[in-house]
Amino acid sequence: MKGKVWKYGDHVNTDVIIPGRYLDDYDFKNMAKHAMEDLDPRFAKDVSYGDIIVAGRNFGCGSSREQAPLALKHAGVGAVVAISFARIFYRNAINIGLPVIEFDATGMFEKGDVALINMEKGVIINETSGRTSRFEPLPGFLLEILKEGGLVPHSAKRFH
Amino acid sequence: MTFAQKVLSRASGKEAYPGDIVSAKIDLAMSHENAALVLRSFKEIGAKEVWDPEKIVLLFDHRIPANTTKAAEGHQSVRNFVRSEMLPNFYDLREGICHQVLPEKGHVLPGMLIVGTDSHTTTYGALGAFSTGIGATEMAAVWATGELWMKVPKTFRFNLTGKLNDPVTAKDVILHLIGKMGADGCDYRCTEFVGPVVDAMSISGRMTMCNMSMEMGAKAGVTFPDDRTRDYLKGRTSKEWVPVTSDKDADVEKVFDMDLTGLSPQVAYPHSVDNVKPVEEMTGIPVDQAVIGSCTNGRAEDLLAAEQILHGRHIPDSVRLIVVPASREVYLWAADSGILASLVRSGAIVTNPGCGPCLGAHQGLLAPGERCIATTNRNFRGRMGSPESEVYLASPATVAASALKGQIADPREVRA
Repeated sequence: MKGKVWKYGDHVNTDVIIPGRYLDDYDFKNMAKHAMEDLDPRFAKDVSYGDIIVAGRNFGCGSSREQAPLALKHAGVGAVVAISFARIFYRNAINIGLPVIEFDATGMFEKGDVALINMEKGVIINETSGRTSRFEPLPGFLLEILKEGGLVPHSAKRFH
Repeated sequence: MTFAQKVLSRASGKEAYPGDIVSAKIDLAMSHENAALVLRSFKEIGAKEVWDPEKIVLLFDHRIPANTTKAAEGHQSVRNFVRSEMLPNFYDLREGICHQVLPEKGHVLPGMLIVGTDSHTTTYGALGAFSTGIGATEMAAVWATGELWMKVPKTFRFNLTGKLNDPVTAKDVILHLIGKMGADGCDYRCTEFVGPVVDAMSISGRMTMCNMSMEMGAKAGVTFPDDRTRDYLKGRTSKEWVPVTSDKDADVEKVFDMDLTGLSPQVAYPHSVDNVKPVEEMTGIPVDQAVIGSCTNGRAEDLLAAEQILHGRHIPDSVRLIVVPASREVYLWAADSGILASLVRSGAIVTNPGCGPCLGAHQGLLAPGERCIATTNRNFRGRMGSPESEVYLASPATVAASALKGQIADPREVRA
């Protein structure tokens, strides 16, 4: 996957990823228009399909709202690369098919750089600067869930 | 073995060690409003029926009564599903906050493995259950299969010694711990709270501790069953239960010994829960609103602590004091005991039991530039309304004292 980088700091919480006031709307395209609104009002307006978020520690801390990764996914985000994730966000992201990578990429990217990621091989490249790094790929069964588009299609296999 | 290992070993049918990923059988699965999201995924998965209707508990608490048409539609879709599936454990919007209602109604027993589509599901650890928050989609998989993959957590133990001086309570203790550990200081860990301070705590206080353990990243928080647990469960459940505790030689990653003697009331500054300072360092900050309630601090003893500060006195007109009992049981107790009337006489607005304004949906949102001191659990930017508002977190006594003074105040001084 390939996309331009949006860069954020530590402890980006679910309330700024998608504020509670928008959670009654189950139309995720509508909801995605408010993604990151309280942290970065430009994000939802300027994000393009496939863009990549690079962040610091404890990304997605706070509530269990699955709308947080859903809002990012429906806004077009292709992957989130963070030093660490809050555990529920991490699970939710995989379960809804949003790739998450636990890796400190904060030093190798500036906002707007183009990132290229290979999930299976564990390679991340900054196409703008030419820097390449390796990360520990996700365990096989999580990669499989992601490849199938999330836990719903993955679980559906058992019942069809 | 640790408590976490024991519960997850039983639930997965094999010896579980920290770091293992196990498929665990779930004993209890809770969802509130976001059951609307769960059932959407559940239908997409294509399972014919839920795995065990007895093990699912549903209720509404986040937006009750429905605050928007969309919220009403969400409620409606869940009600229809409950009817068509004939789910027996559905409380609609009558009972209050999930984390208060499930223990009250006897659904939570020591040693259980519980998941809920709410991050504060860790609250049930106060009764010795292993209990954690999950997302809506994985809950759909739980409804379909009764199982969920879980990583067996390492354990942090907090050995809390000394004695708390009234009016310092569980909320001050957990805020203090979060301040020390940081918002991700216990990421992926099971946090055990033990020691004389915990032994002396009511179940209500232990719920506050386990509830907010997740604000330092914990997967689960637990206090181990004792006579208080037995007393609490008496009359609420007729089911047999056996306490599960960590072995003496359990593989605990780290033990934190903390002497809490002399601990001051604590306050978390905006905009992160780990931005904690003793109240004496921040008195005098004016507040527009004060909120007493939530799954963290909306119980009987919380309302009582607030009433003891406010008794016979009136808050200034410049402050809006919103009181949200955590459940109908708490509401009725407060009504019957006269606490409710006393709070109203002091100038409080009392809402129906539920989550209230905590998550910024309704019942007391903040305008730009406004400040609120609340007994709730999160002070993230925009949490309770405008992104330009501020939320300070504190105990019921500190919030009541601050409401009375119109500014952040030390409850030790206001009481004296």
